[in-house]
Amino acid sequence: MSAPYIPRDRRWHPPAHTPDYKTSVTRSPRLPLLSVEQSLSEITGPTFGHTALGPRDADLIHNFTGAPAIGERILVHGRVTDENLRPVAGALLEVWQANAAGRYRHVNDGYLAPLDPNFSGCGRCLTGADGSYTLRTIKPGAYPFRNHGNSWRMAHIHFSIFGAGLAQRLVTQMYFEGDPLRDQDPIAQTLPDPAALDRLVAPLDLNASIPLDSLAYRFDITLRGRRQTPFENRPEGA
Amino acid sequence: MPVEYPKETPSQTAGPFVHIGTMPTVAGFRGLEPELGQAIAGPACPGQRIGVSGRVLDATGAPVRDLLFEIWQADPNGIYNHPEDPRVRDISQDFNGFGRVAADFDDGAIRFETVKPGPVPGRDARMQAPHLNVFLLARGINVGLSTRLYFGDEDNAGDPLLALIDPPHRRETLVMAADGTAYSFTIRLQGARETVFLDF
Repeated sequence: MSAPYIPRDRRWHPPAHTPDYKTSVTRSPRLPLLSVEQSLSEITGPTFGHTALGPRDADLIHNFTGAPAIGERILVHGRVTDENLRPVAGALLEVWQANAAGRYRHVNDGYLAPLDPNFSGCGRCLTGADGSYTLRTIKPGAYPFRNHGNSWRMAHIHFSIFGAGLAQRLVTQMYFEGDPLRDQDPIAQTLPDPAALDRLVAPLDLNASIPLDSLAYRFDITLRGRRQTPFENRPEGA
Repeated sequence: MPVEYPKETPSQTAGPFVHIGTMPTVAGFRGLEPELGQAIAGPACPGQRIGVSGRVLDATGAPVRDLLFEIWQADPNGIYNHPEDPRVRDISQDFNGFGRVAADFDDGAIRFETVKPGPVPGRDARMQAPHLNVFLLARGINVGLSTRLYFGDEDNAGDPLLALIDPPHRRETLVMAADGTAYSFTIRLQGARETVFLDF
């Protein structure tokens, strides 16, 4: 078996119990997590090939009806690397988001802002050999949610990432540079360290924009790396 | 000063609309095809077919109805469908190993069918009892929760992970009740009989 993954720094991630984000109060374990050594069960995980994806999956502007969605046209691109700065090739990124008005295409979203008939808000892609990926979409709108009386989410795109193994599984949200809701958003504020939130804020990337077509934002993702030491590589199985 | 490495991208909750990006038909529309994780083991996979059902409860005892439940498991011979399993060349036919289930929006029920996994090699050549690896995502869960589900009709006494759980009575929070080929579980996020969640 290859070297295990570097332990997750749980003081960098949000704690489970973040009472300003009210839903976490009843959905957070109160007993400590059980720390376990990694076995094959944790080092392996689902992997996906190109046959798992459709040809327009990475183009959210056109992948619902074919006609273009309404809103600010953007590219979201970046690289997925690990904590040792090695590219993570073949990682599956799944994204979902609200439309330009802040409305989700979901049976449970009752926000009064309208749906866009040509926008579903879901997409996915695999990273290339260098860990890079590019998505095309429209910039999502902010929206209110029932938390405090006047709670609004920063504009965001949800990301679900499958790396090489279960230990790298990660779900997060990408925010946009300069969003004025940053200090008010109870979910963004679950992160104890502002530097952690900085990591989720994608800067404008003019060099990657397509003139007369789309602006671009850059969102690089870091997954857990593997230990470098050759020791303790015990034989697995027989 | 310790050596600095780039830190892992921090986690955020999957939110209430996780189905849009992962199971669009559950969200109410046809989007990405194929939807991933819809067959853990196809019809041609050998092994014992089983049905699993259960619910995930919050601290008030209410089922979590906007939950996404992911499964990762070995095949009937205990082989993972992954290049780092040294026996992957012998993986069962028509076996994927990855599954995704959305909790029912009305009652929170989780139901899926699969094949029973075999025992999996653990560290130091100790065998692990058959188990399903589970990853939970939902609104209110800031970092996805990892746990395992074991089988009540298997000999779990020698399992190295269960043996770590102290006090021992908490081990039963990871063991499914068996009724023939039907297995059932209750995962409790918080409170009395809280499920053991893992950090690895």
